[in-house]
Formats: sequence, structure tokens, C-alpha cells
Amino acid sequence: MRPFFLVFLLASFVPQSLVIAENNAREIQSQQSITNRSITMPTWSDWKRVLFLQDYNTRIVILGTTLLGMSAGMVGSFALLRKRALMGDALSHATLPGIAIAFIVATTLGLDGKSLPVLLVGAALSGLMGIATILLIRNLTRLKEDAALGIVLSVFFGAGIALLGIVQQMETGHAAGLESFIYGKTASMVASDAWLIGSAGMTCMLISILLFKELTLLCFDEGFADSRGFPVVFLDMMLMGLVVVVTIIGLQAVGLILMISLLVIPPAAARFWTEKMVNMTIVAIVLGALSSMIGSAMSAIFPNLPSGAMIVLVSTAMFLFSMVFGIPRGILIRKLRRHELNTKINRQHLLRGIYEYLEARGLLNEKQKLESMQVPIDAVFQMRSWSRPKLKKIIKRAQLEQLVELVHENQMQLTEAGLKEAIRLVHEHRLWELYLITYADVAPSKVDQDADAIEHVLEPEVISELESLLIQQTSEGVLQSPHTIDIDRNKTNSQNPHARRLR
Amino acid sequence: MSGLEQWNWSLDGWIIAAGILCAVSSALLGNFLVLRKMSMLGDAITHAILPGLAAAFFLSDSRSSIPMFAGAVLAGILTALFTEWIRSFGKVDEGASMGVVFTSLFALGLVMIVQAADHVDLDPGCVLYGAIELTPLDTILISGWEIPRVVVVLSVVLLVNLLFVVLFLKELKLSSFDPALATTTGFNATLIHYTLMTLVAVTAVASFETVGNILVVAMFVVPPAAAYMLTDRLVRMIVLSVILAIIAAVLGHISAMTVPRWFGFQSTSTAGMMAVAAGLLFIIAALFAPRHGIIVVFVRRQILAWKILAEDIIALMYRIEERDPQLKPDAAYLREILFSSPLPTDWSLHFLARHGQVIDSNGTYELTETGRDRARQLVRSHRLWEHYLVEHAGMSAENIHKQAEQLEHFTDRQLREKLNKDTLDTDQDPHGRPIPPEDERG
Repeated sequence: MRPFFLVFLLASFVPQSLVIAENNAREIQSQQSITNRSITMPTWSDWKRVLFLQDYNTRIVILGTTLLGMSAGMVGSFALLRKRALMGDALSHATLPGIAIAFIVATTLGLDGKSLPVLLVGAALSGLMGIATILLIRNLTRLKEDAALGIVLSVFFGAGIALLGIVQQMETGHAAGLESFIYGKTASMVASDAWLIGSAGMTCMLISILLFKELTLLCFDEGFADSRGFPVVFLDMMLMGLVVVVTIIGLQAVGLILMISLLVIPPAAARFWTEKMVNMTIVAIVLGALSSMIGSAMSAIFPNLPSGAMIVLVSTAMFLFSMVFGIPRGILIRKLRRHELNTKINRQHLLRGIYEYLEARGLLNEKQKLESMQVPIDAVFQMRSWSRPKLKKIIKRAQLEQLVELVHENQMQLTEAGLKEAIRLVHEHRLWELYLITYADVAPSKVDQDADAIEHVLEPEVISELESLLIQQTSEGVLQSPHTIDIDRNKTNSQNPHARRLR
Repeated sequence: MSGLEQWNWSLDGWIIAAGILCAVSSALLGNFLVLRKMSMLGDAITHAILPGLAAAFFLSDSRSSIPMFAGAVLAGILTALFTEWIRSFGKVDEGASMGVVFTSLFALGLVMIVQAADHVDLDPGCVLYGAIELTPLDTILISGWEIPRVVVVLSVVLLVNLLFVVLFLKELKLSSFDPALATTTGFNATLIHYTLMTLVAVTAVASFETVGNILVVAMFVVPPAAAYMLTDRLVRMIVLSVILAIIAAVLGHISAMTVPRWFGFQSTSTAGMMAVAAGLLFIIAALFAPRHGIIVVFVRRQILAWKILAEDIIALMYRIEERDPQLKPDAAYLREILFSSPLPTDWSLHFLARHGQVIDSNGTYELTETGRDRARQLVRSHRLWEHYLVEHAGMSAENIHKQAEQLEHFTDRQLREKLNKDTLDTDQDPHGRPIPPEDERG
């Protein structure tokens, strides 16, 4: 009994060990040294063969995986937005016992246990059972979704492994065909596989398109959809059913573990490029198709690269690119926008600071010349918690924008445009302060900070609305400040830590 | 044909020992994964270990365990880091970012392994095989004893995990339930998080060679989830999860030997059956747990529903008497007004009759003295609540009925008195119906 274990267990455990085990067997046959192995560069004819789809088999593989990528991208978009991204993972693991049982039952009945439809039916049934179990655990117990997923995924997979152990012992045995479900056998895809994937995938896409509005509503606002009389439960089941179908047809192509990536990565990448559901779905379909195409083409050109894994890696590269460069939700654009906002805020703080300084000293008089309104940089420096180099930078930028002029090293003055802008800013700031005091019951002593937080993002319409709301107070040019302006703040409190350090 | 006649302590004993060590060390950490709603991170980490193994193999050019162990653990920690990174910088939902990270790492590992395909010479003693049955074959000598290497490794891991859980119980508890509070009270929740992740990775790698990667997830998640169904206290949950893990391991191995024989096959994978056994334990716990079990919760709800229906019936009969003392309602009449189904109504009426609250006279029903007393209290609660809701919650008179309908069943005499005191002294509810007195004479 023990030696028997040794043989079949190596082939039936974790996917990883499966590969290793297989390779290990191969290793025994060909003892190669570690150094003489590398990716062999393809010849020009190899490139041509793949790029122009001259090879029948390549054509089939690329067509099949592309269709799969498209349907997974579409269905995955809904699954992602419904926060069911990992459902595909649990589901694909849950298919294993079904596959094994289907094989056992079919073989016992004298049928061909390895026929694809039989195995797919088994996979679908146990996948659906897995989903039902997840939903039951989530709804009937105090456990949350993550635990439900973990339990179903691991217990079903464990049962599958145990059953595969039995399959190995059957006379028609060795589950050689079965493990392709764990790994995928992209390279050996035949026309009928591609047809199966194509027709099932297209059906899924068609259903998603027909139910597009309903599914979108389900993803974004389940409660609203329910109150509108949409059959929420039915739609949820429908979505899950679509995920099941796509996952199962994908098992064959890219394998159990990697199928989830096709469902998750392209939609997650698409999310960085758009705010709209329709656009997101389209981008996800395109990305799914592209990564499948490029991935399987690469594996066709470089025979040492497994296609399932290559498809995943290509889509990962697309994901990373999207995450960094995506517009409007990528990291770079968000950083840039934040930077722009900060620049704007700093400029506004500078101008308002100058204005308030002038106002407090009584230097402000429109008939007077700008030259008489000089402000020492130190005075502005003390008004806010900015560091000296930063203030220098802000002033430099304001100089470039011709809002401020440096008179000499420590003395600056506003330009014509700068004064105008400063007046506008102060006006808006005080308008908002007044609004907060009048309508939001904010104490005058606190209102400065509150207004500070929001005035930079006020739209012109809001400003005019505020003006009309507070019309009686705004009859003259610039509003009076509703609180005393302390231009020398750090005398009373330590507003500026840098200033204190400098003393 | 039980299969147990082949039991051999020197083989099966070690297999069970390895299973128990692996299950317990996983379950210890798993409690915190389940509580932090991070169960799937265990899954992600075990998948993502692959490139770490491959990279360590390429770099060290050897198949010795230590670099591989280090590589795998590093990859596991990177998974947690990347997931967090993509979630926070990319603003991607946690599940999705996890999915992206671990499938990508897994694919990367696969490509690397395939590159090494023809020269990877990994023997069964190496970290990759999930073959618990091989445990007794690979032994090392420790002070004259031949002990399986796996058992030694797992014992060390168990010890480390145990120390971590015992020493940092307070910190783990706080950072699991309230990370914000944990940070403000001065210790580093992030540090605890990544220590936990590191240990998860270490445990996963160490268990990997015993039970295989998905089955590590089973040991991480299932026993703690079952324990969570059984108790509300953290320490009890940890102890229970350890006990369940041990049972799952023992049961798993025994059933792997025996169950297939019932169908005329030989024994099957112990690791697989361990997961199945853990699953069965979970089902039992989820169904029959004393407080949170599905059955108990269901029965409790059913009883409450019946109790409420019975109360609704007598309150309705009181109202009917109030309007038309001559009208003697039958079951169908009551059902129609209460929108209830026939069977529960009949049951409730039967129950009420047996407890002397209604009298059944040839199909029509009448309140008894005790029934009327109780009904009056219910109606009084209802109308006092209506009154209170209009007065204090500012609700309009049209909307209050439903709310009062729910509240009346949970209102006792004391609360009624308080309501009466808090509302204006009136004997009419907002709909103009009289509020009945607490006692018949009062």
C-alpha cells in the first residue's frame, strides 16, 4: 500500500507539486545540467508563423483564448463591481470534486469518463453547489464572506483531492486527462474546444448585454434595484451562473488556478480608465482579448513559456500600466491633480496672506500705488505653517504667474493682476465664512479654518449663489472679515513650528 | 474491510503527528485571519509562494531547504504588501487586489518553474510536496531518535506560533477588533499585522510539504470558523479551534484509510480527507452551535414569530370586542385581518385555548378573563407607543402604527409606566382610540 501511495500522490496533490512531479519524472530521464537551459530565441519563421496565424493550431489556440478573455472580461466586470472578485477563485476550486465524481460515475456506468461534456456537467454542478454553500454560510451564520469563500474553497478542493486519489485506483484509471483541469492545456486545444469556448462565451456575453441595465443597477445599488421591482435574487443568480459558465469553459483553457485572473485582472485594470459601466465593460473586454491574444502568441513563439501563465502575466502588465497611467483614476493622474490643487491652494494662501497683512496695517487703498503696499516676506511666513524653502518656492511660482513682484530680498508687492486676484480670493473666503456663521452656526472664532478647508474648491455658481443669499452684506467691494485677523499668529499661538525654530 | 488492520503506529503515528502539528499551528493563526476578515489572504499567500521557491532555487542553485524556505516566506510577505499597496494606492477593492496579486505571482512562479523544468531535481523531502504519507520516510536523527524531518519543522513552527499568540494575545485582540484604537493606544497595529502575515507565510511553507497549499487554507480557516460559531470569547475560540484542528487531523487520517474501502478502493489522500473532516466539523458546529447555530437561531425566530402571532390574535380580538361586543370571530376572519397562513393561526389559537386565554366555542373564539387582561396590556402598549412616537419622535400619525406594532411585543409593565409618564397625560391615542387602563379597575 505504501509504495502505491508514493506513486500516485506525487501526481495528485497541489497543482504546483504536480508540475514539479511531472518535471521530476522527466528529469530522471534526461539529466541536464542547470546552466544549459534558457529560452531559445525563435527564428524569423517562427515569428511569421505565429504573427500571421499560419499554423492551424496556433490559430485555434489564439481564437479560443481570445474569446474566453472577452467573455471573462465582460462577466468579470459585473463580478468585480459586485465585490465578488474572489468568487471565481472559490468556484473554480469547488469544481474539482464534481469533475472527479463525474469521472467515477461515468466510468462505473461504462461511459467514457474523460469525455468533456460529462466532466463539464460535473464541474458545473459542484461549482454551483459551492456557490450555494457560500451563500448559505454567509446568510445563515455570523461568518462573513471571506470565511465562507475560504471554507468552501478548501473543503471542496480537499474532497476533490481525496476523490482523485480514488480515481487513480480505477481500472480505466490514471487521471491524466483530469489534471488538465487544474492546469489547463492551452497548447493542445483543438477546434471543438475553441468552438465550445466560443459559443458558450458568446452566449454569456449576449445575456450580459441583454441584461446590461439590470446587472449594472444590481452592482451599484442593489437596494434601489429591489425597490424598483427588479428581480434582484434572479439577477444575482444569473450573474453567478454567468461566472460559473465562464469559469468552467476557462478551466480547460487556462486551468483552475489561473482562470480567476482572467475574471479579475482585466476588469480591475479597466476600472482605472473610466467611471462609466459601459466603457469599463468595453475596456475590460478589449484588455481580456488583448492579453489572451498576446499571451498565447508569446507562448506559441517561445515554446518554453506556458500559455496560461503568460496570459496572466500579460494581463498583469496591463493592470500595472493602467494603475499607474490610467485616466481618470490612475495613480499618476491622481497625484498630478493633487499637486495642482495644492499649488492652487498655496497661491491662494499667499495672496490672501498679503492682502490681510495690508488690510490690517491700513495700507490698503485702491488709489494708492502698488509700490506703497510692500509686504515683508517674514510677515507672510509667520501666518501659516509653511517652511521657508516652501514659501520661497510658492513666491517664485507666483512671480512667474506675475501675481507678485519681489522688491528686494525680503520685500514683495502685488502686481495689478495679483491685487485683483487677492481681492477676489478674500471676498470669496469671507463670503464663505459669513455663510458658515449665518447658516451653519459656526463660531466666528473657528470659521477661518472651516472656510479654509473648502474655499479652494468652490465653483463660480456656488459663489454667485452665496452672494445672492447674503446680498445685504455684500453691497460694498470686499467683505469685512467677521473675525479679527491675527497677522502675527505665532505671537499668541505656535501656528508655525518652523518660525519658532528659526528664532 | 475496515482498513484499520493495516494501522501501524510507527507509520500512521507519525503521519497523524504531522497532521496534528500542521493543523494546530495553522488554526492558531487562523483565528485572527477569520476575525480580521482576511481568510482569503491565507489562500493568496499559499498560492504566491511559488515564485519565491523558484527564485530561491535559481539564486542558490541548490535544492536545500533553507533558501527555499526563506524565498517562499519572502514571497508570502510580499503578497500581503502588494495587496495592501494596490488596495490603497490603486483604490481597488481588497478582494480584487488580492486576486490580481496572487494569480500574477502564481503565474510568474509557474513560468520560472517551467524554465527550470528539465533540471529541477526536487526529491520528496523538498518543500514542495504536499504528501503527508511520506512523512515517516524522511527522518533525521535527534539524540538517537529517528524523527521525521517534517515533524521537527512543524514542531518548531507550532512553538513559534504558540509563543506569538500567547505573548501578544492582548495586542492581537485589540488590533483585530479595533485597529484604530490599537494604534492610538500606542502600539503598532501595522507591525502586528505584518508579523502575523510573516507567520502565516512561514506556517504555509512549512505545512505546504505536509498537506499541500489549498489544504493549508482549510486548516487556517475551517477550524477557527467552526470555533467562532461556538463561542464569543477569543480565548475560548482559540482553544476550541485547536481542539477541532486535532480532531480533524485524526479523523482525516482514519477516514482516508477506511472510507474508500467501503466502496472497494484502497486508502486515499489524508490531507484531502483532513479538509473534508474539518468541513464536516464545521457543518456540525454551524448547525448545532448552542447560541449562533443555524438550527437554534431558526427555532428561536420561529418561536418568536408564533409568540407574536398569538399576541396579535388576542390583541385583535380585544379590538373587535371594543368595537362590536356581539361579533364572535372565527379563525378565517382573524386570518384575513392578520394576513397569516392557516396552519400557524390554528396552532396559535390552539395554544391560546390551552393556556386559557381564549375559549373555542364551535369554531368561534372569545377572550377569557386572563386573555383579555393580556390583550389589554398589549393594546395599551401599542397606543402608548403611538402616543410617544408622535410626541417625542415627531412622527406623523399615519406612520406610527407599524412601528408601534413592532414595539408592543417587547414592552413590559415597567416600560409602559415610563411611557405613560413621559407622554402627556391623556387617555386617547393619536387616532382617537382610548388607551385602556393597566388594570381592569384602574
